[in-house]
Amino acid sequence: MTEYWLPLAGGGLIGLAATMLMLFNGRLAGISGITEGAMQLSNDDSRWQLAFIAGLVLAGLGLFPVMPEAFVVGVNRDIWVICLAGLVVGFGTRMGSGCTSGHGVCGLSRFSKRSLVATLTFMAVAILTVAVTHHALGGAQ
Amino acid sequence: MKTFFKPGVLTALLCGGLFGLGLTLSGMTQPSKVIGFLDLFGNWDPSLAFVMGGAVIAHALTRPLVLRRNRPIAAPAFKLPAATQIDARLLGGASLFGLGWGLVGICPGPGIVGIGSGATYFLLFFPSMLLGMLLYRMTGKAKPSGEGAGA
Repeated sequence: MTEYWLPLAGGGLIGLAATMLMLFNGRLAGISGITEGAMQLSNDDSRWQLAFIAGLVLAGLGLFPVMPEAFVVGVNRDIWVICLAGLVVGFGTRMGSGCTSGHGVCGLSRFSKRSLVATLTFMAVAILTVAVTHHALGGAQ
Repeated sequence: MKTFFKPGVLTALLCGGLFGLGLTLSGMTQPSKVIGFLDLFGNWDPSLAFVMGGAVIAHALTRPLVLRRNRPIAAPAFKLPAATQIDARLLGGASLFGLGWGLVGICPGPGIVGIGSGATYFLLFFPSMLLGMLLYRMTGKAKPSGEGAGA
């Protein structure tokens, strides 16, 4: 059952972290918005936003030596595919004002119809993308 | 530098660390696992549905307790998104995000946490994502910072 309770517990921590950010900083834990804000150094918010991003990176740095299996990539993608994917994730999350955290976790938790539509849309397109690349095109991995 | 270390900065660092721990424990930093979850028409691995489930339950139950307060602890006021419109920008942006997510199995949070592993996969994804964000900003259609950020 580890297979299910670890994702559930990890998800619970994500939800609590989002609540803590609201309790302390009064802000919604949307990673794409925080990341973009952190890049605008002239903005007063960029300090807490940079600190939040630093916390994410430090979590990875600290946990990788302890549980390297949690960071196994496990798929092969051409360099250009990874870069193209990064570009459209960055562009798309700002165009749509949110990603899995902002629209998914936080939006669904507050019963936002807008976030529900966004979440269903990116889930559907991601499922379709995997179906096409893995099955219709004979497997990308 | 003195003002850099105001309380809100330290609490944000802590929240980011806890968020990153949650992402790592949940399996979201393993692209093959994420793609297995998205592979609905293949060898579907449903376990990551529990991540979203756990996160939404935990946040939905605790969020109202926080919003009973007049203000947050380390900031002057709550600043939450107010947008409600469902338009072409929302649908187009979410579709582009879904395309990238499906191609490589990384969304923004795990994309940042994964940098700590030093894997080339993450080291290529992260700067590309930042570039994509900057490109959107250059279209001049970005909302003023803060408004609707993240949702």
